[in-house]
Amino acid sequence: MDEKLIRFEPGDKVRVRRLSPETHCRTPCYLRGSVGTVRNIAGIFRNPSELAFHRPGLPKLPLYRVEFRLCDVFCSQSVNDKIFADIYDHWLQPIAEDG
Amino acid sequence: MPHEQIHDDHAPIEDVRYGDDELLEIAIRALLIEKNVLTAEQVNRQIDNMDSRNPALGARVIARAWYDKRFRERLIDEPLVAIELEFDMPMTGPLELVVLENKPQIHNVVVCTLCSCYPRMLLGIPPAWYKATEYRSRVVREPRAVLSEFGLELPDNVEVRVSDSTADLRYLVLPLRPAGTEGWSEDQLAAIVTRDCMIGTAIPRSE
Repeated sequence: MDEKLIRFEPGDKVRVRRLSPETHCRTPCYLRGSVGTVRNIAGIFRNPSELAFHRPGLPKLPLYRVEFRLCDVFCSQSVNDKIFADIYDHWLQPIAEDG
Repeated sequence: MPHEQIHDDHAPIEDVRYGDDELLEIAIRALLIEKNVLTAEQVNRQIDNMDSRNPALGARVIARAWYDKRFRERLIDEPLVAIELEFDMPMTGPLELVVLENKPQIHNVVVCTLCSCYPRMLLGIPPAWYKATEYRSRVVREPRAVLSEFGLELPDNVEVRVSDSTADLRYLVLPLRPAGTEGWSEDQLAAIVTRDCMIGTAIPRSE
């Protein structure tokens, strides 16, 4: 694993970018703009937005397993419940950058 | 008297009507074989391989993990390698498998909100409801309501964790071994691990 690419560590708070690409991507709409916590680094994978068009998908991107509180994503009474999703590096921003 | 031929009633012999997708698959397969990219034997072997992946295989893996503590540890550490070695089936490939361990206070359930990603290398083809928009859109928004429609009511002190398979990882739920199964054989244990237990929409029951 190329450690230099890793921007986030387990425990880091991150926000999912509010982007609206018109082409293939793997970040579900319902999580865009939400704040979560990186739980672990799943690995470094080829970029699926590129692979979808039969391009090499390089450079590879870190993929993080991010935990969201259900009540932060949807108005929900289940305050203890969680959603975990795998989000590629370029879709995440450090929470400090929020401004 | 002319001989009257009597036919037994039988179901009409159906001509298979192919949809566009089937026709496309047949055409591409024929082309790949004609151009020597693949052989018919290789195609058949792959279909056999896919057919051998089914929830019964997953259930054997879970039962072994309940039975054998060391296998359980290896299964959580490096799932596909552990299964490959233990069951002598090729598992490793471009996709990774993550085993989600249920705990007394944590219940895991798996979805793919974007399409229908599923641990096919172990469980085979996903059920139709797993691919349906209703399950995919609702289980992230109101998991407890969806689980209760599956007949699974979880107490408030159990945390529900919904894992959305958005990328290169596939998820398998390792359910809790139910009370009342002490002394059961591995085969008996495997028999109560249904497909839904490994997706997280059910839990194994000893009765």
